[in-house]
Amino acid sequence: MGLLEAIILAVLAASTPLLLAATGELVTERAGVLNLGVEGMMIVGAACGFGGAWLSGSVIVGAICGILAGVAMSLIFALMTLGLAVNQVATGLALTILGVGVSGLIGSRFVGEKITPAPKLYIPGLTDIPFAGRILFGEDAFVYLSLALIVGVSWFLYTTRAGLILRAVGDNHVSAHALGYPVLRIRMFAVMFGGACAGLAGAYLPLAYTPFFIPGMTAGRGWIALALVVFSSWLPGRLVIGAYLFGAVTILQLHAQGAGFGIPSQFMTALPYLATVIVLVLISRARTGGSTAPAALGTVFVPDR
Amino acid sequence: MKKILLAATAALLAAGVSFGASAADKLKVGFIYLGPIGDLGWTYQHDLGRLAMLKELGDKVETTYLENVSEGPDSERSIEQLARAGNKLIFTTSFGYMEPTLKVAKKYPNVHFEHATGYKRDKNVSTYSGRFYQGRYIQGIIAGKVSKTGVLGYIGSFPIPEVISGINATMLAAQTINPNIKVKIIWVNTWFDPGKEADAAKALIDQGADVIMQHTDSPAAMQVAAERGKLAFGQDSEMIKFGPKTQLTSIMNNWGPYYTKRVKAELDGTWSSNDEWDGLKEKMLVMAPYLNMPDDVKKLAEDTEAAIVAGTLHPFKCPITAQDGKEVECKGGKNLDDGQILGMNFYVKGIDDKIPGK
Repeated sequence: MGLLEAIILAVLAASTPLLLAATGELVTERAGVLNLGVEGMMIVGAACGFGGAWLSGSVIVGAICGILAGVAMSLIFALMTLGLAVNQVATGLALTILGVGVSGLIGSRFVGEKITPAPKLYIPGLTDIPFAGRILFGEDAFVYLSLALIVGVSWFLYTTRAGLILRAVGDNHVSAHALGYPVLRIRMFAVMFGGACAGLAGAYLPLAYTPFFIPGMTAGRGWIALALVVFSSWLPGRLVIGAYLFGAVTILQLHAQGAGFGIPSQFMTALPYLATVIVLVLISRARTGGSTAPAALGTVFVPDR
Repeated sequence: MKKILLAATAALLAAGVSFGASAADKLKVGFIYLGPIGDLGWTYQHDLGRLAMLKELGDKVETTYLENVSEGPDSERSIEQLARAGNKLIFTTSFGYMEPTLKVAKKYPNVHFEHATGYKRDKNVSTYSGRFYQGRYIQGIIAGKVSKTGVLGYIGSFPIPEVISGINATMLAAQTINPNIKVKIIWVNTWFDPGKEADAAKALIDQGADVIMQHTDSPAAMQVAAERGKLAFGQDSEMIKFGPKTQLTSIMNNWGPYYTKRVKAELDGTWSSNDEWDGLKEKMLVMAPYLNMPDDVKKLAEDTEAAIVAGTLHPFKCPITAQDGKEVECKGGKNLDDGQILGMNFYVKGIDDKIPGK
């Protein structure tokens, strides 16, 4: 395996949890809901995902447990912000704090246990293609699933009627309501989708990335996913660029350090954040009239009777 | 955003502490932990130390601990909460709590503080640490023997003296076996991020390292080495579970005896500020079984350990040549003195890298 191939494979693995979580949050925010609890949903997804895989011996069961855990967490958020019209920012932050605690509680009995991680795909013929084969057909299924998911989300948002309605709800919930769309129900589904993605992103960490569970193992990735959504200006294409760019610079700076380029590591550690911000800002500037935040983002909607 | 979150978490935890205040006649002892107690590394070992102390003195002592306290200003609030909640002896168990500990100690002159791995003391602030570089020296001997590529991979957390002295001790030892040994160093600028530690291990292996050592807290690097069929050293605690055919040994921190001793002193009223720096001899660090290596290497490792315990071998024996080719002043007579090791801020000759930010 060549160095370049090894770097690309590491980038794929490092970017996948970010992309998964950010995809879910993008849909949630497009429906006008700001859920800051991504980190909390991820960490609970990690604990339940690992637990499911450890108890059942199946990575797929683990992934499903992770998704369900993420959805369960997001339903708490939906109940508070949609049902009771509580402030979304405060609820999201509380959800993260809750998630960290709950995952520690659930995960405490799994600490120190091991599972067989998600297998790398092997498609005879295709995976054997030199260089490209390992990259395009040889990683674990999560990697390709995350890409398929964002393509699907993009298709849904821009070509389907349901996607149009979801965006309308996010831009102007009063009008959407007046037209007879069930704003709160649509938002609830969007929040649940966000929870499912965050749960899966969290589960990816102990199921494929580092196959063990340790409290706090998401280490802030949920916050990075949130930031990526903002920097991508809520566009799926840019989200992919942002997630992979962040992953790429993260891995490259490690390699640069190992090669002894002599650049201060403190600067290198900040580099992924800097690079992602700069590139995404440049893209948004280059395109005039680019999409901005959903107009109703973060506002509470209480239907009049 | 993360800051807000951490502050909120700290506040929440702090609230939990004040609820826990009860049983007035027992001595209250507090602990501030950097990671979660389930990190299987640094914090886990401190908590084992706390439990060992409780096992002996549990009828006279009650403990409170705060986990996941990030270094910096947030920790000051957490330490102060413990002091206000009536804890008479407070252990702050990470280097970055140094200034916050001293600040709180000034405000609470009747409370005693014990700060791990720091170098600043006060009337009511002690410091304690393990001579981790002794274990690193043994690891360097083993690494020099078992490395086939002659390239070691080292995952550093932050470029502080404790970590730098570990890298130097490793290299000084490895050079006695293989004078041309190389080390590749990656700083991840965190003590705990399993994903990043794994990525760093992958990068090191991809660049030719075949023995991985780390100064970060999770077993992620061990697992990557196991997956790639390389060898690795554990850190802080036993990590053999994550690499049964990979772990050569591990430096295990053993805080129990010290915690028991200090809490006893507090109970007897004989506590006074001290600076305790113990090593293999006092068993503040213990080496995990030497495994996955040929018998002659194992023998050599055991002999090295015995020599360090006996005091006949000092990892920083003079003369020591720094990276710039100049000989380091020998303040301790035959070896560098403790101050020079505790404040170490240079690489020894043979390390082909620069200390970040220097």
